[in-house]
Amino acid sequence: MARENVDLNTVVIEMRNIVKRFGNFTANDGIMLKVHKGEIHAILGENGAGKSTLMNQLYGLLKPTSGDIIVNGKKVDMNNPKDAINAGIGMVHQHFMLVQPFSVTENIVLGMEPVKGMTVDMKTARQNVVDISEKYGLAIDPDAKIEDISVGMQQRVEILKALYRGADVLILDEPTSSLTPAEITELIQIMHNLTKDGKSIILITHKLKEIKESADFCTIIRRGKYIQTVDVDECSEDDLASMMVGRKVTFKVDKPKQKAGEVILDVKDLHGVDYRGVEILKGLDLQVRAGEIVGVAGIDGNGQTEMVEIITGLRKATKGEVIVNGVNVMNKSPRFGFENGVSSIPADRQKHGLVLDFSVEDNLILQNFKEGEFSKNGILNRKAIKDFATKSIEKYDIRPENCEERPAGTLSGGNQQKVIIAREVQNDKDLLIAVNPTRGLDVGAIEYVHKYIVEQRNKGKAVLLVSFELDEIMSLSDDIAVIFDGKIVDRLPGNEADENTLGLMMAGGKKDE
Amino acid sequence: MNKEKKTLIDFFANNKFIHTLLSIVIGFVVGAIFLSIMHISVGTAYGKLLSTVFNGTKGLSYCVAYATPYIVVGLSVAFSFKTGVFNIGAEGQYVMGSMAACVTAILLPNLPKPVLIPLCFIASMLVGAIWGMVVAFLKTKWGINEVLSMIMFNWIAFYLSNFIANIPAIHNDGTAEATKYISDNAKIGLSADFIKAHDLCNVTNWGILVAIVLTIIVWFIIEKTTLGYQLKAVGFNKNAAEYGGISANKSIFTALAISGMLSGLGGALQLMGMGNRISVFSGQEGYGFAGIVVALIGCSNPFGVFAAGLFYGSLRYSGGKLNLVGVPTQVVDIIIGTVVFFIAISTIFSYVKYLKKKPKEVKKVEGKEE
Repeated sequence: MARENVDLNTVVIEMRNIVKRFGNFTANDGIMLKVHKGEIHAILGENGAGKSTLMNQLYGLLKPTSGDIIVNGKKVDMNNPKDAINAGIGMVHQHFMLVQPFSVTENIVLGMEPVKGMTVDMKTARQNVVDISEKYGLAIDPDAKIEDISVGMQQRVEILKALYRGADVLILDEPTSSLTPAEITELIQIMHNLTKDGKSIILITHKLKEIKESADFCTIIRRGKYIQTVDVDECSEDDLASMMVGRKVTFKVDKPKQKAGEVILDVKDLHGVDYRGVEILKGLDLQVRAGEIVGVAGIDGNGQTEMVEIITGLRKATKGEVIVNGVNVMNKSPRFGFENGVSSIPADRQKHGLVLDFSVEDNLILQNFKEGEFSKNGILNRKAIKDFATKSIEKYDIRPENCEERPAGTLSGGNQQKVIIAREVQNDKDLLIAVNPTRGLDVGAIEYVHKYIVEQRNKGKAVLLVSFELDEIMSLSDDIAVIFDGKIVDRLPGNEADENTLGLMMAGGKKDE
Repeated sequence: MNKEKKTLIDFFANNKFIHTLLSIVIGFVVGAIFLSIMHISVGTAYGKLLSTVFNGTKGLSYCVAYATPYIVVGLSVAFSFKTGVFNIGAEGQYVMGSMAACVTAILLPNLPKPVLIPLCFIASMLVGAIWGMVVAFLKTKWGINEVLSMIMFNWIAFYLSNFIANIPAIHNDGTAEATKYISDNAKIGLSADFIKAHDLCNVTNWGILVAIVLTIIVWFIIEKTTLGYQLKAVGFNKNAAEYGGISANKSIFTALAISGMLSGLGGALQLMGMGNRISVFSGQEGYGFAGIVVALIGCSNPFGVFAAGLFYGSLRYSGGKLNLVGVPTQVVDIIIGTVVFFIAISTIFSYVKYLKKKPKEVKKVEGKEE
């Protein structure tokens, strides 16, 4: 692809045999990394594989236990980010570090302001910012306030900030996690422009598609160990996935054709306000029938969060109806919704999904502890609870084994999600709402989560899937509903959707444009 | 997982019992250092503490009598810790509970023992619960921070208690700045003959049995009932509990009501077993605050609290005798302060451990609860 920019004779960054231990735990175990001038080098690994640890060492946030970091042929000691910046390394973190009420210019020059006498020379600063943005083709409005610009723009500001500090090597940590498809395409273009100028980019990600689209080489890390560095052009996505996980992974979800049944969830003319009291739902209508998965695609902030919160009883609506199984559950309690058939996999598993200090077995009965065999006359039946947990752990492959009494907080993210899924699926309600069910999970765990969601649909349950991952929406949904500005603007069969039309519709465009 | 080498940090962070014992040892060591600086014989001082406590059945029965209210108030605070509210208002609930029992006993002096004693208990629990529930109401209705309102309610209780003690019908007939003595029918002391026969202290009372029963009840509620499950869920993660269909507001009410009930009962036990009347306070009595200390030393575990209450009561009793050998009684405060300090540090050990292990996918299991 863009291999033409790579200068294979000039190695800008080399990390040799990096070992990083935290106590008894080895986060990086002999990692090798070689980045050439003009190269986009992806670092691929599951969650907790040690990608971020590795990059934090390169950026001076952590010190390696052993191993060498060589920049431009010289061995360097990175004691803090300042050393890294001086060595020409810049990092764009997953969560941006920008001052919200400051302008773009102010953010970029922050800490390195040109001065005139005792004051900041804003004119020169602005000019510098304009120059640098033109040089690399990163269009921005230098006077806009950060709080007013989009996430994609904020990312540009972060990149410019690094470039302004003279970075020749840019580390991008999960840069696409909050971008729209269009913004992702733009970002990849920007990355190519930068490499044309002789910059090198290290891209941390677990998204295979983006690696295929942008990177030249890819280094794979599995459980802290160096697996290998491959030429991206010579590998397929499947190859990359198996190298990352260490086994064969299937992306295809087995979804037999089936006819949807009666309407389970019927949302009518829903109006609601967000946390600031601003109207964010402006007459939303949505139906989900038994035996179908309806995916809600949309850019964050168009009302999907509020919609889910209203359906699950966490938020009050100002107007409308939420009918589940013929009963209006709107503006009641989460309990009322639950009793009338709503179960959900919440967006924030640690905040809403689990009591992290509770054991796995206690988490599995969070809604049901008063019911059935789990308690009698207010006394918990510990044996029944444990038996249920043992069965769930086996059935839903929650690891580590025998984790009934372990605090849920000690499980990995993927296994925490499995606990929630085990609970919600076994609640056996007619409606399952899943919000970003695979966020932050790696390929292996995503596979499980998708399997269970489709299983519910096959069992004739109604599934409402809200996700910022378009791929997920497209591969799982029978129908895709696009949400924009507080309304469902369109609904189309899943097999007719493609990323571009969806992306356009999510941004407020029409299907036929 | 088990073959992992245990570091010192693991040891401290994982074993609460060892850590508590160690904190107590350090408390005495620090006390000893202060004694040495003041050129007081450590042997004399600590010898006196020990000889006071282990002075046959008499010494031990004193310790038990002293410990009873501390255990009960400690349970109250521990219960609140477990359910995610910090009941710093135990002091006020204690004072009000005590006064409620006192007024009941003074106004109905002639009721027979089997009626009056339970009545006093109920009055104290009811008033203690109300004192806790008002705070819960303020919190759930208007979001007023419970710590602030509790501290204010401690002072309201303080002055209200003094006010009631000065009401003519309640106030002592003599010159003492206190209420009347409660009638004999409301006392829970053992019979004088029994005390004499077994060489016990003269304030030996049935309260300790109540404390034992309460310890078991509190443990049972927390560990075995749906109510405990619910309260703990809200305490650990209010959001998830609500998502799961548990009403957080209702839980806060229940938790503070039960906690207040216990503190109030602690006040009644002290009154009916030892004090027999309530003085007009010049400063806060400190039982509620001691309850916090006891709950901390007991790691909020009901049985731990029971042991901690005995320890605390014994120190308080024996510490009071230190001046007989020319040692300032404040040494006990230094010891207790140091113990609490080092127990509080255990959180830091756990935190350091957490930081060190953070990148690890699966963390080690913490010491088990049950």
